[in-house]
Amino acid sequence: MSQVAKNQKLEATTQIGWNREQMAQRCAQDIEDGSYVNLGIGIPEKVAQYVPDGREVIYHTENGLLGMGNSPSDEELDADLINAGKKAVTAIPGASYFHHGDSFAMIRGNHIDVCVLGAMQVSMKGDLANWSTGAVDAIPAVGGAMDLVAGVKTIYILTQHTTKTGAAKILPECTFPLTGQKVVNRIYSDLCVIDVTENGLVLIELAPGISFDYVQERTGVALINGLSKKNNIADNHIVNTTHKAQQ
Amino acid sequence: MIDKRVASCVSAVADIKDGDTVMIGGFGEAGSPIELIHALIDQGAKNLTVINNNTGSGRVGLAALIENGQVAKMICSYPRTANSLVFPELYRSGKIELELVPQGTLAERIRAGGAGIPAFFTKTSVGTPLADGKELRNFEGDDYVMERSLKADFALIKAKQADRYGNLTYNKTARNFAPIMAMAATRTLVQVNEMVELGDLDPENVITPGIFVNALIEVSQPQQESQLVKDGITYPEVKASATNSLEKINSGAIQA
Repeated sequence: MSQVAKNQKLEATTQIGWNREQMAQRCAQDIEDGSYVNLGIGIPEKVAQYVPDGREVIYHTENGLLGMGNSPSDEELDADLINAGKKAVTAIPGASYFHHGDSFAMIRGNHIDVCVLGAMQVSMKGDLANWSTGAVDAIPAVGGAMDLVAGVKTIYILTQHTTKTGAAKILPECTFPLTGQKVVNRIYSDLCVIDVTENGLVLIELAPGISFDYVQERTGVALINGLSKKNNIADNHIVNTTHKAQQ
Repeated sequence: MIDKRVASCVSAVADIKDGDTVMIGGFGEAGSPIELIHALIDQGAKNLTVINNNTGSGRVGLAALIENGQVAKMICSYPRTANSLVFPELYRSGKIELELVPQGTLAERIRAGGAGIPAFFTKTSVGTPLADGKELRNFEGDDYVMERSLKADFALIKAKQADRYGNLTYNKTARNFAPIMAMAATRTLVQVNEMVELGDLDPENVITPGIFVNALIEVSQPQQESQLVKDGITYPEVKASATNSLEKINSGAIQA
């Protein structure tokens, strides 16, 4: 939190809640040392920039690389070395390449520790919708999202708390086609951090200047207030992992 | 004597027939066998079912094959990408069929096809529209959906190095679907950057053993899809002038 709080002070005071960088930074605090991590395309990609110093994290990109590094310099650029978003990347010392069958065995076989994804909607049970609005004229495209939520041990969602028009994205039931059922473990929004538990959605942390009521008004589900013991988030909730193979 | 080299991309794709199923390697442009795809455009086989993760970009490679009206159905996980111009238009006008498959399920269906496994169960897509109409089975308390394997008449793939037995290595993430497609196709056609002598490839480093390969064509300097798209190239490049010629023929300006 200290890094986030520090950053917050540098931001314009008119901003409400965390900005995208701060959301990524907050999520990165929860990526443990030694984790194998898959980051979704978009804001989740930013999480890699903020993993605290001293933690060694290996990034998986599902097109076939474990040990993804930073963007390449002009000299390093290779059209055959890209990530799942088809952007040029580098491979770190100790990286490995593999074909799609092996890559998705890592995902579907419960070998990847954490996946961070965006969301269109999340339900109170942890259902996720993030691939289609179901619009008739849309070209449906799913990529690896359904595989990731079905097979990765812990699913973190990084999302704005509401839609651009202010509608709740956290709902009793998703109205868009699902990516997976009961798959989300934790939600990081611009306003707060919410855990998906057996008992319901537990708000465990607020962005600076945000109140529980402010979040509740923008959430389609009654939240459980888990902000006890000076925001001690370690022991006031049980993360919903019952749907996943336990280690 | 085993020598899987053939004379050209043209001769490699000569036996692809109307109605065949063709797997095409590549994830975006990485690993896309663009010279083989262009040879298939020249060859003209129609009503194809094509299996690829995407639907190509710009008006070259896979996108050009689709634009040329040769593809009746795409099986893929992500049919729209940046610069994907051709597929969305045809799909919206009902001129091409789409079977949308989660990426990992697509890979596993191909791998199963190559390994003689007709179907398998996976958690991926359970409770989503992509599991509609498919058999569900509960194993140890969790629901799984049955998925059928995929095979193909031909696979078109790109490799970095090959020997005449068809042993292959790949370049970085350009490997993607190629090794499993090579296993799942009746005939696997490979365009390779560099042919090497038997023994030059360390057996420890061979990624696709030659048994999965049928034809090799050395293309030492393959075109880059992104560069062609950036340059506004279309394939076939002569399309415009051919049309002009046809018009001239029709108008009597040229004696046919």
